[in-house]
Amino acid sequence: MASIEMRDIVKSYGDHPVLHGVDLSIADGEFIVLVGPSGCGKSTLLRMIAGLESISSGTMSIGGREVNDLKPKDRDIAMVFQSYALYPHMTVADNMSYSLRLRRSPKEKIAAAVAAASSKLGLDPYLDRRPKALSGGQRQRVAMGRAIVRQPKAFLFDEPLSNLDARLREQMRAEIKRMHAEFGATSVYVTHDQIEAMTLASRIVAMNAGEVQQIGAPLELYDRPANLFVAGFIGSPGMNMLEGTVISETGSSAVRLTNGTTISLGQRVDLAEGTSVTLGIRPEHVAIRPNGDGAAATVELVEPTGLGIILHLKVHGLPFKIFSSDRALLAPGAGLTVGFPPERLHLFGPDGRRIPLEARPGDAPSS
Amino acid sequence: MGILLTIAHRLAILVYVAFALFPLYWLLKVSVTPNDLLYSEGVRMWPSHATLEHYRYVIENSAFPIFFRNSLIVAGSTALAVTLISSLSGYALSRFVFRGKYAVVALMLITQMFPLVMLVAPIFKMLSPLGLTNSLTGLIIVYTAFNVPFATFLMQSFFDGIPRDLEDAAMIDGASRFTAFRQIILPLTLPGIAATLGFVFTAAWSELLFALMLISGNDSATFPVGLLTFVSKFSVDFGQMMAAGVMALVPACLFFLLIQRYLVQGLTAGAVKG
Repeated sequence: MASIEMRDIVKSYGDHPVLHGVDLSIADGEFIVLVGPSGCGKSTLLRMIAGLESISSGTMSIGGREVNDLKPKDRDIAMVFQSYALYPHMTVADNMSYSLRLRRSPKEKIAAAVAAASSKLGLDPYLDRRPKALSGGQRQRVAMGRAIVRQPKAFLFDEPLSNLDARLREQMRAEIKRMHAEFGATSVYVTHDQIEAMTLASRIVAMNAGEVQQIGAPLELYDRPANLFVAGFIGSPGMNMLEGTVISETGSSAVRLTNGTTISLGQRVDLAEGTSVTLGIRPEHVAIRPNGDGAAATVELVEPTGLGIILHLKVHGLPFKIFSSDRALLAPGAGLTVGFPPERLHLFGPDGRRIPLEARPGDAPSS
Repeated sequence: MGILLTIAHRLAILVYVAFALFPLYWLLKVSVTPNDLLYSEGVRMWPSHATLEHYRYVIENSAFPIFFRNSLIVAGSTALAVTLISSLSGYALSRFVFRGKYAVVALMLITQMFPLVMLVAPIFKMLSPLGLTNSLTGLIIVYTAFNVPFATFLMQSFFDGIPRDLEDAAMIDGASRFTAFRQIILPLTLPGIAATLGFVFTAAWSELLFALMLISGNDSATFPVGLLTFVSKFSVDFGQMMAAGVMALVPACLFFLLIQRYLVQGLTAGAVKG
């Protein structure tokens, strides 16, 4: 096991930069999830840790040793690929033991390592099969097995669950989490699935357009997204974003939305009147008020998820989503009144950065 | 309707196969027809009396065994050399980005554009002072040079079909790039290697132009050149020529029998998602 340190890591292809100086310290035993949309550079960063992509500038070290010029084979890391990348001409047992055989480990040691991994992953009946004869889930397990027989310094995962169906994905997700709890191995996991990121990570690294947007514990990113990108990316259904300008009301500031609705922030903020801001509120935090005050909305679409319902609304012409576990059947076209509890609001300045609202419990004091 | 279509389809295949195989059949038929019946019986599907006399004569009294051996050496060496070189160069074209890559590809394509006849004289001029005319080595070098470009493109297409993730995985597992190539990629390219071997072997086996121009004398003549020795000034000994031809088919047939398992894999590779 080892820590991984990245200092100002840059990657460019010719004149085209894809990573603009990434700083990241991964502690021994941490489970880091790199999350972001396609093309944000997360896979490139992972491949740079693996040594499969060269580092344009900056330094990368694993276990305190600089690995910039070290070949993948000398980095002592294991990687699970989205395509599984199992060797088609080898049996499951040979796939799993390949790395140990390359290292000329003693036969008994190899046999023991493979046996231990296969029983842990439930692969015992398949050891003599070729990957072709396995189902997607089984192949995924073999790929995991191939990684764990080595007991490497770190595990790298490149969207390992993307090719599985939903149920299997959920199952393997839990299994990966269990394995990490058991082995405590330093892991870096790339995904575009924010549920995987939230459920697995000790810390999430949210990336966009080759830059790190925020690093933090899953709930920290959820509760206090550093900017509009993170706010929009983490959470499903996504946060409602409403553009408006700051106005001053008696006793507190408020935001006047483009449709004229005014939403009180419940406190004074240090922004000039007229500053354009974006107000965010998560769908599950919007209050439905049977007959109270608030904004009038009409239901456009109802999406039952089983766990609750997602209502697509229009509030004075602005599209809006609400998630509610209350199954009150609302047909499209119905009207209701919604409220925006000030303690649930997120405020983002003109540059897209978070503006801390002090009333929020647990929010970091403004610095 | 479906059945009719199937029948028509099978029938069309049958007609095509008969058309393609008929010359081979005729080769066989003439090779067992005694000389005295060759012109006297008219056109018959099988002679009234068959003989293996031509075969015996060709094996015992002609230089054919030498031609045969020479051809085996030339075609076999060429196939091996070309496959070795093109599997490495094809891998490079498939996997690496390097300066001048497209210039190399363009040059290789250009070599394929000339009619070979144009090159006979300059090549003779080049090989002659090196003592490589009238030598099997010279032939092997020339054949290898002409077959490498196409074989490279062929091998490249096979390598392109193998996901990069596999060698990435192997390198992370602790293999150097060359070990990954040897232990992971090459075994998966066996169909491509078989196709390349087969293609180059048959091309070299039946090549006539350069063999004829660069070789004089029976000692280093290959079998296509040797066949011409059955043409004398006043007559053509068809029976012996055909017998030699039938025997010349044997190694090519054996070769394809050997590699056909891989060839079929190669033809269907990519049809099924791995």
